[in-house]
Amino acid sequence: MNPSVDALRATFGNAIGRAVVARDGETIVTVGRDALGEVMRWLRDSAGHCYDYLVDVTAVEYRDAERPIELVYFVRSLERRVDLRVKVDLPKEQELAVDSVVGLWAGADWLEREVYDMFGVTFRGHPDLRRILMWETYAEGYPLRKDFPLRGRFSRAEQVRQALGANPEAHYSMEELAIAEAFDELPEDMKERLRRGERGKLPFSE
Amino acid sequence: MKRVLETTEVAGQSPNWLLTRLDDLVNWARANSLWPMPFGTACCAIEFMATAASRFDFARFGMERQAFSPRQADVLICAGRLPFKLAPVIRRVYDQMPQPKWVISMGACASTGGIFDNYAMVQGIDTIVPVDVYVPGCPPRPEGLLYGVLLLHKKIKGETVLDPELRREQPLDDKGLRLPPERIDEISEPFGNSVHQFRSA
Repeated sequence: MNPSVDALRATFGNAIGRAVVARDGETIVTVGRDALGEVMRWLRDSAGHCYDYLVDVTAVEYRDAERPIELVYFVRSLERRVDLRVKVDLPKEQELAVDSVVGLWAGADWLEREVYDMFGVTFRGHPDLRRILMWETYAEGYPLRKDFPLRGRFSRAEQVRQALGANPEAHYSMEELAIAEAFDELPEDMKERLRRGERGKLPFSE
Repeated sequence: MKRVLETTEVAGQSPNWLLTRLDDLVNWARANSLWPMPFGTACCAIEFMATAASRFDFARFGMERQAFSPRQADVLICAGRLPFKLAPVIRRVYDQMPQPKWVISMGACASTGGIFDNYAMVQGIDTIVPVDVYVPGCPPRPEGLLYGVLLLHKKIKGETVLDPELRREQPLDDKGLRLPPERIDEISEPFGNSVHQFRSA
């Protein structure tokens, strides 16, 4: 068992749920959703723990419909060479939302976008929470949820129609391109498009 | 004269000696200087590169210059699976190619969706752009692609310069589709092993 778990319990008390050691020897600790932001900040900043690297953020939905969706954070201390997995249970009947950790690890940006795209979990305080794998106007739902049919919700013809209607140049935002400081040197038409915030047309929006 | 697209049987009489000579000349030139526009998205693109490299060398068939710009390309080779996110991209590439143009669909995924019978994948690029030659395989060996290219040569040599229908641009219809919706659904129907895939929920 990773000693960070006992330290977490001593600091956060009831907010820390069960902790188990997985088969590969890593420790999994469950954290209450409201305490997540503080727990992650503590794990990153407190001396002796110092989990300075966020390896991955993902989610798990089980076949058993009663079980909550689990959000999984893989953190690692590069200095101490120790891994820890932090899980958050998100019951399906409540709003699927947690605090974003982009403020702690900048690398969480795209990882959280992927979880949002595939599972529909929203991250409060994320600077640019948009779909990342599917295109932004994708209207069929969240593909990795268990209630999502393998071939999608729409007919193939409708899928083709919506895909062809998407604007392939509309996948960038000012934040993503990091060209805000070079804005004045861009060609006029591109400036105009970025000003309009061009993102393509939402299906059924007209 | 009858258009090639409408022809169901070969007429007994040759159309015109001079015109057939002209056709022969034009088609010979076109077939032997096909500049490919590679649209490589997956492992088929590796085989495509092998076909282009020295061992198989499709420059032997006049495909010396790979046009990485659609404006200078004659044949679009879609090598690999096509996700829906890339559908508008390949459509735009195809629209940007000048006539005369042809399309080779390389591999099982580009031709039918292959093993990817799921929410993210186009079930055959013929729902997006018209296709002239389908090359089966997963991925096809370079010999397979070369055979497809030679089949395309054969097809080109059967065309006539006098039929404007062959060179007509086929833009998307008012619904934003290339084919009627029923036809797309029919083409995309699961077949083979994927019939037995169950849909969750």
